[in-house]
Amino acid sequence: MDKILLIGNPNIGKSAIFSRLTGAKVIISNYPGTTVEFTQGQMKIGNERPMVIDVPGTYSLEPTSKAEEVAVNMLKEGDVVINVVDATNLERNLHLTLQLLEKDVPVIVALNMWDETKHKGINIDVKKLEEYLGVPVVPTCGLTSEGITELIARLPEAKTPKLKFSSDDQRWEMLGKIIGEVQKLSHHHHTFWERLEDLSIKPWTGLPIAAAVIYCTFWIIRLIGENLIGYVFEPLFEKLWLPLMVKLSAILGEGTFLHHIIIGNLIEGKIDFGQSFGLLTTGFFVPIAMVLPYLLSFYLILGLLEDFGYLPRLAVLMDNIMHHFGLHGYAIIPMMLCAGCKVPGILATRILEGRREKFIASVLMAIAIPCMAQTAMIVGLVGQRGGQYVGIIFLTLFILLVVKGLILNKVLKGTSPEILIEMPPYRLPQITAVFKKLWMRIFSFLREALPLVFLGILFINVLHILKIIDFLAYIFGPMLMKLWGLPKEAISALVVGFLRKDVAVGMLGPLNLTTKQLVIGSTVLAIYFPCIATFVVLIRELGIKDMVKAAILMLTVALLVGSMLNLFL
Amino acid sequence: MLIDLTQMRPGETGVIKEIQGGQGLMIRVRSMGIRYGKKITKVSSHFWRGPQTIDVGNMQIALGFGMAKRILVEVER
Repeated sequence: MDKILLIGNPNIGKSAIFSRLTGAKVIISNYPGTTVEFTQGQMKIGNERPMVIDVPGTYSLEPTSKAEEVAVNMLKEGDVVINVVDATNLERNLHLTLQLLEKDVPVIVALNMWDETKHKGINIDVKKLEEYLGVPVVPTCGLTSEGITELIARLPEAKTPKLKFSSDDQRWEMLGKIIGEVQKLSHHHHTFWERLEDLSIKPWTGLPIAAAVIYCTFWIIRLIGENLIGYVFEPLFEKLWLPLMVKLSAILGEGTFLHHIIIGNLIEGKIDFGQSFGLLTTGFFVPIAMVLPYLLSFYLILGLLEDFGYLPRLAVLMDNIMHHFGLHGYAIIPMMLCAGCKVPGILATRILEGRREKFIASVLMAIAIPCMAQTAMIVGLVGQRGGQYVGIIFLTLFILLVVKGLILNKVLKGTSPEILIEMPPYRLPQITAVFKKLWMRIFSFLREALPLVFLGILFINVLHILKIIDFLAYIFGPMLMKLWGLPKEAISALVVGFLRKDVAVGMLGPLNLTTKQLVIGSTVLAIYFPCIATFVVLIRELGIKDMVKAAILMLTVALLVGSMLNLFL
Repeated sequence: MLIDLTQMRPGETGVIKEIQGGQGLMIRVRSMGIRYGKKITKVSSHFWRGPQTIDVGNMQIALGFGMAKRILVEVER
């Protein structure tokens, strides 16, 4: 037994079972699939260490999409399939099971969400179901780990019944018979959650609810972020980190090369975390004290919304609007992720059906949705001049999103596909699960973004010392001034923007810009080109050709929008 | 009477009689449990030919207006 596949319909707790099986030692690596990513990890059974692969959810083995094609191909490599089945949705889930039982691979069924059957008034005769299917059936609950030990113990019993059906109708007929025999439904009253589900999907009540949710989301993110900065992170830096840096600065001595790299410039004889631009001053302050608080608060709220089950409903409510942009409602999910970080956002466009939608969604996100790191910096820096200026930046980006979407939808051939999604039931988010997810996201920021921030600051300092920045400023300076009304020194922010946007926005700080210049600079930085991490993912997801198209679009738009702001503000 | 899914009123229940359209659509909606003979209840329909939400078995599914147009349902009126 080398490879164990977890296969099942989407959103039925496969990943919860996956993490239970592989335990704490999960090595989550990204399998380079063409359309979807596989997660794999190792588990331990006696002396064996088989690989467990969490195959993305699929409704059918008759490939109708690329994702399902990959799932079917994956099937050939598996030694055992754990077919995860949602016990509260037996009929549709077993349809996939029957298809699996026709294949030449041993199958065992995990009857997941077992705990929920009780209060939904569903009674399943597991023994009988086992007889009908001819493979072991184990009731499980991924969240509480109920049944997982039994599932592992019975893995060797997995069987290959090789059923034969001549048509899909025959399959459904067989299913009807099985369900009739093994499942008994007793009447249950609508719960509070079910009423809320209905209310949030009906237009007259759903739209006000959506507006309230979106408003509260922004409000809470800001509340938590601001307070974390004001009461936790800034005091920590001022009281603990600053004295250390002052000592270090004295040891290194102002004017030396090392001092320039590590501490940066002294502003009126003092270290200024916002403006000194040394590795350990600004390089540390920007990601930790300015960006991290907002990331924490954003991912906490996003995690809660995700786990509660609200986002697909928002997608349905937004479907109509999104069709004007050549997308359907589900595209708001990558977009929301993108507001945190563009990399997972662009990866998530894989849930969209075709190339056209992927391209539109990726370009819209790359150009008009700033990531949380950039947003936090804009709020921190431009916010000092007044909230209305932050407003101008985001309004500009929003108008851009709308105009761009309308144009792309008109220009690109084809039409947007229709939405077809299942609404998950509302569930109270589990606090431990939410914090685990929050930690994973924050950890990946610290691991992947922090080194780039340092690299960016090191890079720009070296360029300064080598006078390359002065050279670039000399070449591009007149253009910057003419088009965008920016001083030639702003070129260094544009250079760093290729690496990290948060640092780039931060670099506008020491330039003594007017408010108008600051607004234009921040807006242009958001638009002109994605950061290196986003760029790499865009190439991987869109291919070189589409990426070139996207890049030309971005540069053109940045030129236009920057100049227009310069004319009209 | 036989109507299409978009013509159902919220709260109304009916039985699916026909799914018109290509093989691709058939497989997609069928594997989600929307198929001939199934009892469905309309939950809501969204403005301006927006998506339609229905209850099928134990789940709620949202599908586009165009798809819903091609699903014919027998209702009692």
